[in-house]
Parts: sequence; structure tokens; C-alpha cells
Amino acid sequence: MKKIVILGFVFLLVAGIIACEKIIPKAPGNDEILDGPVDGLTPEQNAIFLRGDIAFNDEVFTAQTGLGPLFVATSCGSCHAGDGKGHPFTMLTRFGQTDSTGNKFLHLGGPQLQHRAIPGYQFESIPAGATFSRFMPPANTGLGFLDAVPDATLLALADPNDVNGDGISGRPNWIPSASYIIYRPGTIERNGKYIGRFGKKAAVYDLMQQTANAYNQDMGVSSTYEHYDTYTGLETDPEISNKTVLDVIFYLRTLKAPVQRNQSDPDVITGKQLFVSISCSKCHTPQLQSGPSSIAAIANKTFFPYTDLLLHDMGTGLDDGYTEGSASTAEWRTPALWGLGLSKNSQGGNYFLLHDGRARGIEDAILLHGGEANQSKSSFKQLNATDKVRLLKFLESL
Amino acid sequence: MKKIVILGLLLCIHHLATAQIDPELLRDPTRDTSRRQLNMDAVYGRPFIQVGKLPVAIGGYVEANYQYLGENGISEGHQFQMRRLSLFVSSSIAKRIKFLSEIEFEDGTKEINIEFASVDFEFAPLLNFRGGVVINPIGSFNQNHDGPKWEFVDRPFSSTQMLPDTWSNVGFGVYGKKYTNNWVYGYEAYFTNGFDASIISNQENKTFLPAAKENPERFEESFNGSPLLTGKFAVRNNKIGELGVSYMGGVYNKYKDDGLTLDRKRRVDIFAIDFNSTLPGSNTYINGEWAWVKVNVPPTYTEQFGRKQQGGFVDLVQPVLKRSIFGFEKSVVNVAVRLEYVDWNKGRFISTGDKIADELWSVVPAISWRPGSQTVLRLNYRINRQKDILGNPPFRSGGIQFGFSTYF
Repeated sequence: MKKIVILGFVFLLVAGIIACEKIIPKAPGNDEILDGPVDGLTPEQNAIFLRGDIAFNDEVFTAQTGLGPLFVATSCGSCHAGDGKGHPFTMLTRFGQTDSTGNKFLHLGGPQLQHRAIPGYQFESIPAGATFSRFMPPANTGLGFLDAVPDATLLALADPNDVNGDGISGRPNWIPSASYIIYRPGTIERNGKYIGRFGKKAAVYDLMQQTANAYNQDMGVSSTYEHYDTYTGLETDPEISNKTVLDVIFYLRTLKAPVQRNQSDPDVITGKQLFVSISCSKCHTPQLQSGPSSIAAIANKTFFPYTDLLLHDMGTGLDDGYTEGSASTAEWRTPALWGLGLSKNSQGGNYFLLHDGRARGIEDAILLHGGEANQSKSSFKQLNATDKVRLLKFLESL
Repeated sequence: MKKIVILGLLLCIHHLATAQIDPELLRDPTRDTSRRQLNMDAVYGRPFIQVGKLPVAIGGYVEANYQYLGENGISEGHQFQMRRLSLFVSSSIAKRIKFLSEIEFEDGTKEINIEFASVDFEFAPLLNFRGGVVINPIGSFNQNHDGPKWEFVDRPFSSTQMLPDTWSNVGFGVYGKKYTNNWVYGYEAYFTNGFDASIISNQENKTFLPAAKENPERFEESFNGSPLLTGKFAVRNNKIGELGVSYMGGVYNKYKDDGLTLDRKRRVDIFAIDFNSTLPGSNTYINGEWAWVKVNVPPTYTEQFGRKQQGGFVDLVQPVLKRSIFGFEKSVVNVAVRLEYVDWNKGRFISTGDKIADELWSVVPAISWRPGSQTVLRLNYRINRQKDILGNPPFRSGGIQFGFSTYF
């Protein structure tokens, strides 16, 4: 009897250890999550990706490690849960610029409102007379591919004077360059300005500028790239190493592109055809091609972001009276639609769409389009109920 | 250097005590620690060994485990852990003056802590004075945390990740007990050093009281000069069980420095209730604790840091076999389950009115074998679901743990 008990116990223990891989919770499918690296990284690149992942998602700043004194969030991951879109709780507010002549409220804390502060400090408020807009943090995935699209591709997609007469006139946001920018191959310059492609107004040149800005403006952390304290306005010591900033940039560049789900579903296939037929795809360009890149895994690849990275006039309904760079207040950069269906997984189970999260569903977001998108919106409204569902199913599959 | 000195002293004491060990000289080495006491008696209710007529008694416990855990399909692989080695030294300095200390080595020697080092002066059963490093009597687990007493490899989340476990501080206070037939009443009240601003400024990105444990300065200097008050009242009926109500509170921030005002005083207040009982007939042991935390977080701060927290656990332990196993005559096999919940941020978002999540549920089924009253071998299966602050799909973690814990 005793031997049987011993044998049974040993058997259970061995079986348990062998079965370990089976008894831990399963990993979600690759198409169910946004985070994870792009295929094809080398082991060395994987190590950098992991360092960047930790710095982005796990490093929490405190007053002792550089947070603030004014800030919006305490870590990168606070605003981009699971590398997805943000939540109204993590929204940014920018203020003080109404046209291409620049921000008139820089001396009063513009352009970004730091509405939180470490104990003992007073947070900022929007100055009287300043217009403002609220920005929902975007998803991070696939940014490396977008970063690697040659400027020439964007200019080819642009039609600033609507020469083809389709009512859609995308144009790039020409912005001044930051001093630390390393220009991508094929960068085009006009009158000392460069094409911006990141941010709601496309006022950021690349992921280095985006990252350095976010550390400085969102968390109050200065670096050698952005070395002015947002509270005093004075130059200060770096509070984060260049290596960490570069690791985070590498992480953002090598996050995978979202994987579309249910691609063979007939409704999704039909929905995609409807998406093209009612001209949504004229701004939300389905397919782009990356150019050369120092990271082989993202160089010269075809990908499906559903954006043209250009500015479009979206009408008075979405005009908050605030802008950046050379964009008008009604112009917004076409947001990428990839990962749209997974947005709820980073927004607490709800949709908060458009630039400030005002749309609580995909259909809401479509119906809030205006300006250059008016025709497409009208076409959507005229679709029968079945086709609307198909179009929405397609968008949710992205 | 301090760690080396402490380690050296302990080794000397241990060596002196063990060098002359003759089992015949050891007194009370097999005392059953599960006898009915209040949780507040736990520090003295441990098995000590005493050599001859030496006024010093020593004891301790050790625990180690294997685990294979994973989160969302990703595992850290097979892990072997030596979680703790605790050494107790007690001494009767005079007839009614006692000294007790507990020094704990956690995760190898990554952490070495003096968890308890106090001198007790007994004036009357209802009035005793205690001073030194005392364990703040909040809830039950903080006082009654020895590994061999539990059927679970991990300590409860609410007692380690919401409340600080083995939270001790330098201070003074009084305690006492009164016995009436089947009833026991007890109380404790201490003023000690306390929390610091790290509870809302830490790497956990949440209001996290255990962050204050990282500050070793609290054993020689109060962070803000304001004492932390901890008090507990407990009552036990030998036929029903024990109920404890406790409170801990004080100012946690540095509101003045060098005479200059830096901020207003901000408090942390904690209320806890604990209970334990053994059901007659089935001998099912029930043990639980629930705590509420309220923190005055500056209004300039982000909602990321919770103003209110709550959480607790309940353990159900059912003996299923009492017999000799492998020659261990008083073996007991138990099946058990622990249910846990922690909400680190109780409230609603200002922006949406939606509930702030930042919460965890856990279920831990267990089988334990106690070859004697002081030793436990335990096999656990852990199932955790943890939601981030926004309430996104939960992180699913879990896996198996196997380990032992024993007094020595």
C-alpha cells in the first residue's frame, strides 16, 4: 500500500511538471493582441526590444527618478495599455495655437497642458483666451513601418489642390525640424521644413522626436534631446539616459503590425469592398510600402495601415480651434485603422474613437466625419442595414 | 556590512546553542502551535528550544518551494526558491521582563530584516509595556505570518500587495489580555514610526503601502515626525472562534522640512477585521481577513493612485486524513482553498464615471500534508485574474507550486 502511495505521488509530481506547459493560462492568439515584436528580428535586436519593452511598460517615474514636477502620466505604459489606444483618463490637452503662425501661449505653458503635479506643486490650467483640443493616446503598433514610408510616397498620395476633383485633398504637414533629428533616407525638405507624420496633426517628424517629446511633455522627464524643464522652462540635467530613450524608440519601431482577423469571412470581404466603393480608402489608404531602414525586418515591406499619413479637412464639427505646424484647425492626420477592432481591449472594454474619444463606437465615428469625408459619410448612411453591418464587421476585423 | 554583522552574530548564537545539543536537554521542542491563542500571541506562541537552564531560547522556521507559473501563456520556467529563513531568539531577562527577536532572511540573503525585537514588561495581565521593533497589529496575517502555519506557498495578496506583510516599526505601546471562562479578550496599542511618501510614489504605479517597507531609515528616523498609531482589539470564544478589529493610521507625507512647510498633512488610515474558527463536527478551519485603506492623495495627483483600497482573503482548510503516514504518527492531510480579492483603486474615473478596476481575484486550491504539527508540505494550484486600472481583459496567470515550511 505504502509503495503504491509513494509511486502515485511521484507519478503525480512528474506528470504535473511535464504537464506544466499545459496548465498555465494559454497565450492569446497573435491576432488578439497588439503587442509583440515584428517577425525577423535578430537575437541582438530581440534583446534591445526587450529592454525597450521594460522601459516603456514597466518603468514608472517618481519624483525621485525625474517625474514632473508637472506631468500627465507616470509611465509610457500608463497611456498605452497593451500598446493600444488610450482612455479619457489618459488624454492629453494641447492649447494655444490657432494657425500656422505658431503657438502664442508658449510662455504660459503651451502647447501641452500638464494637468498633474507631484505633491507640493500646482498643476497647469488652460490660460484665458487659449483654444485647446484633447488628444486620445494612439496605439503604438506598426509605427516602425509608418516611420519607414518614404516622403516621396506621401507626396505622391497628396492632392492639396484637389486636382482630380474627388473632393479629397490630402496634404502633408510641413514642420520645422528638431535639432537632434536624424533624417530618414529620401527625406524631402522645403523652405527649411520637413514632412511630419506622427501625432493627431502630423506635427512630429519621427519616433525619436515623438519619444523625446513624450518623456519631456507627458512625464516631465528631461533628456539630452529635450532638456528643458516644463515647470521652470530652464535647461536642466538629463533625467533619463540616451540608451534608454534609444531602446524605447527601437521598441516602438519594431512592434508588430496589427494582424487582421476573420479575413476569409464573406461579410468582412464584402465590407472591405464597400469601404473602397464609398471612398473611405481615399484617405484611409489600405496599403503602403516601407522604404529602406536600418532594421531589415521593417525595410521594403508591404503593410496595411489604412492611412495616408496626410492632413485632411474634417469639417467644423471636428474643428476644436487648435492646431500644430502648418495644419489648419479643421485638419487632422488620417489615423491608421489597423488595430481598430482591438481598441476596446486597451480602452477598458469601450470604444473612445476620433481624436478626443468622443465617438463611442465605430458607426459613431463614421457619422462624426465631415469636411472632405462628407461624401463618404453620406454614402455610408445610404447603405442598407446589411451592408452597414458588413462594413462595420470589416472595420472591426482590422 | 550591517548584514554581515547580523549574520555573524546569529551564526555565533546558533552555533553556541547547537554545539552542545543533547536532545535530552531540549525543552518543549514539539509543542503544538495550533493550540487556541489569539493572533496577537503568535510571536510568542512559537516553538522555541531551550538548552538546560540557559535563559535564552531559540527557534525559527524555514521554507522553500518549487513553482511553475505563467502569465498569458508566458512562463518564467521552473523556479526553485528559498523564500525565507527566520530565526527567533527569546530571553527571560527577569521574572516579568522578556525579550524576543525575529530576524528574517528573505529570498536567499536579498533581504535581511529585523522583524521583531522588543522588550516586554509585564505589570499586570491587562497592562504590559512593549518597546523596540514591534509588529504593527493590523489584521491577523501581519502578526501570525509564520510559514508553517499555512497551507499555501504564497502569502495572501491583500496582506503583501495591499497591506505590507511583516510590517514592523520602532515604537512603544501597551497590550493586555483577560480570560473569562471560554472567553479571551485582548488588546494592543502602539505608537511607532510609520509610512512615507513612497506609498504614492513607487514603481508599482499605484497606491502601494508595502513600498514603505523599502525604507530602512524608518528604524532610526521617522519620515515626518508624526507617529503611526496601531491598535487592535480581539475576542475569542473557545467554542466559536476569534474576531479581531484593528486600526492603523497616521500622516505619511513630509509636510515640513527644516521648519518650512512643504505640503499639508496627508493621512493613511487602515481598518481591518479578521476572524478564525474551527467548525465543530467537520473540523473545518476557517481563517480570513479583510481590510479597507484610505489614503489622502494630493488632488494634483493622477487617479492612477487610489484614494481607497480594499481586499482580503479567506482560507478553508479541511482535514481529510489523520493517521500514521510513512511512520509519521500524527500525520494530517488537508485539502484547502484560498479565495482572495484586492481592489487597489476603489472609485470611479472622473472623466467617464466608469469604475476604476486595478483589481485581482485569486483562487488557490491546495493539498497539504502535515507530518507533525510544526511542518507542512503543500501542493498548490494558483489561478489569478488581474485587471489593470482601465478594466481591460485581465492578465491570466497561474500554475503549480510545491514546497515545505517547518519550524526548527
